[in-house]
Amino acid sequence: MQQPLVIVGSGLAGYTAAREWRKLDRERALVLVTADDGSFYSKPMLSNALAGGKTPQQLASFSAEQMAAQLQAEILIRHRVLQLDIDNRTLRLRSDTGAERTLAYGQLVLALGADPVRLPLNGDAGNELLAINDLQDYKIFRQRIADAKSLLVLGAGFVGCEFANDLLLAGYQVTVADPMSAPMQRLVPPAIGQGLAQALEQAGAQWRLGWAAAAVDHHADQLRVTLRRLADGAEESLVVDRVVAAVGLRPRRELAQAAGLKTERGIVTDACLATSASGVYALGDCAEINGELLPFVMPIMHCARALAKTLCGQTTPVVFPAMPIVVKTPAYPNVVVIPPANVAGEWRSEQQDGGAKSLFIDSTGKLRGFALGGTAVGEKAGLLQTLNG
Amino acid sequence: MKKWQCLICGFVYDEAQGLPEEGLAPGTRWEDIPDDWLCPDCGVGKADFEMIEVGSAA
Ligand SMILES: Cc1cc2nc3c(=O)[nH]c(=O)nc-3n(C[C@H](O)[C@H](O)[C@H](O)COP(=O)(O)OP(=O)(O)OC[C@H]3O[C@@H](n4cnc5c(N)ncnc54)[C@H](O)[C@@H]3O)c2cc1C
Ligand SMILES: [Zn+2]
Repeated sequence: MQQPLVIVGSGLAGYTAAREWRKLDRERALVLVTADDGSFYSKPMLSNALAGGKTPQQLASFSAEQMAAQLQAEILIRHRVLQLDIDNRTLRLRSDTGAERTLAYGQLVLALGADPVRLPLNGDAGNELLAINDLQDYKIFRQRIADAKSLLVLGAGFVGCEFANDLLLAGYQVTVADPMSAPMQRLVPPAIGQGLAQALEQAGAQWRLGWAAAAVDHHADQLRVTLRRLADGAEESLVVDRVVAAVGLRPRRELAQAAGLKTERGIVTDACLATSASGVYALGDCAEINGELLPFVMPIMHCARALAKTLCGQTTPVVFPAMPIVVKTPAYPNVVVIPPANVAGEWRSEQQDGGAKSLFIDSTGKLRGFALGGTAVGEKAGLLQTLNG
Repeated sequence: MKKWQCLICGFVYDEAQGLPEEGLAPGTRWEDIPDDWLCPDCGVGKADFEMIEVGSAA
């Protein structure tokens, strides 16, 4: 008997791979294993659902049972994969109830996601930091901020900025701290980051740019956060009701590492999403594809479509078009296409009324990436055409 | 004319406006968009869109 396709993880990567593969193969058995409850939900909406009053239930569009029916799959919810044995092609699983079992696979897809980075802070309240990376985290976040007024967001990356904007729209007092000197510094050039900083400030945000958190302590029923300024070591303490940490993600690679698969920052794959073990593939936030981490929805969609074909015997490398990342900050909408990492060039920025436009031009004068903020976002479609053309 | 919203990223396709930059003229109905069309913001397919009320704030 042919062993099933086994997919581990029920996030956008696992479920989309399953869906795309099922379109091509209606026969073979599919088993999906997930540590969570298997709800299909939109992770991007976790950072803009508050202002719209969306409950965690509303973000989950399908239950695990509904997904199992759609995919003709067996879905093992609340089952954690403990161990992967690539010689015998088996997985060791443990359910929430403590029951263990072994599952054999014909082919295996790892779609394990990533863990939020935990800041090593001093003080007695480090475990009070709220990191929101899945629907369960979001449920807890909603409960914990229900009676709060003031929040500190640690991290001004795109997720931190989105949460800050959403919290402002929902009526909270928001401070955002980041050791960098402008928001989203790793993603967009300063012209766009500054536009965003100003717009969020006008919307009520307080910035502590150039400041890193050093400690967090209980302070009656609030939290006292010690911030340290990088430039001169000056310290400031801030008392807030709750603290959100949005300081990055670390691909989940422990399972693969323990099984002897090649890992670097993530689980290493080639352009066909094949790991170093035969019959084992990876995609999504856990994967490092051809040396790149691409923790966004659009690359996952492209990967899932290519992987489906590969799993059916038609080996297909994933080819990424120019992929816009739309940052969901209504105070200053912005969109970026990151230039390829290996391309030399420079950002050329111009301000316009209520917005900014930055183009990344390579040494031959060709457009290779762009970032648009505020009123300039309307130029997205035209620039994408130039990039893909 | 109806509006359709991406369940993953929130992008809204408004039939009245179309998406001229993608070759979808104003007035192009959802049914008439090719099945392999993808959400311009996140890349999901048509199946991940749902109809939202005409004139709603979303
Ligand atoms: C707040 C926020 C906003 C975002 N906004 C955007 C956006 O606007 N646009 C965009 O493109 N991207 C956005 N992203 C990124 C995007 O959402 C992610 O790249 C994507 O959802 C990752 O999907 P995934 O399936 O790889 O991981 P996940 O959704 O994390 O899924 C991982 C799955 O693996 C399971 N799992 C892990 N380990 C095990 C194990 N040992 N055994 C069994 N199961 C296991 C988990 O239970 C889970 O089901 C955002 C991310 C966040 C956090
Ligand atoms: Zn979308």
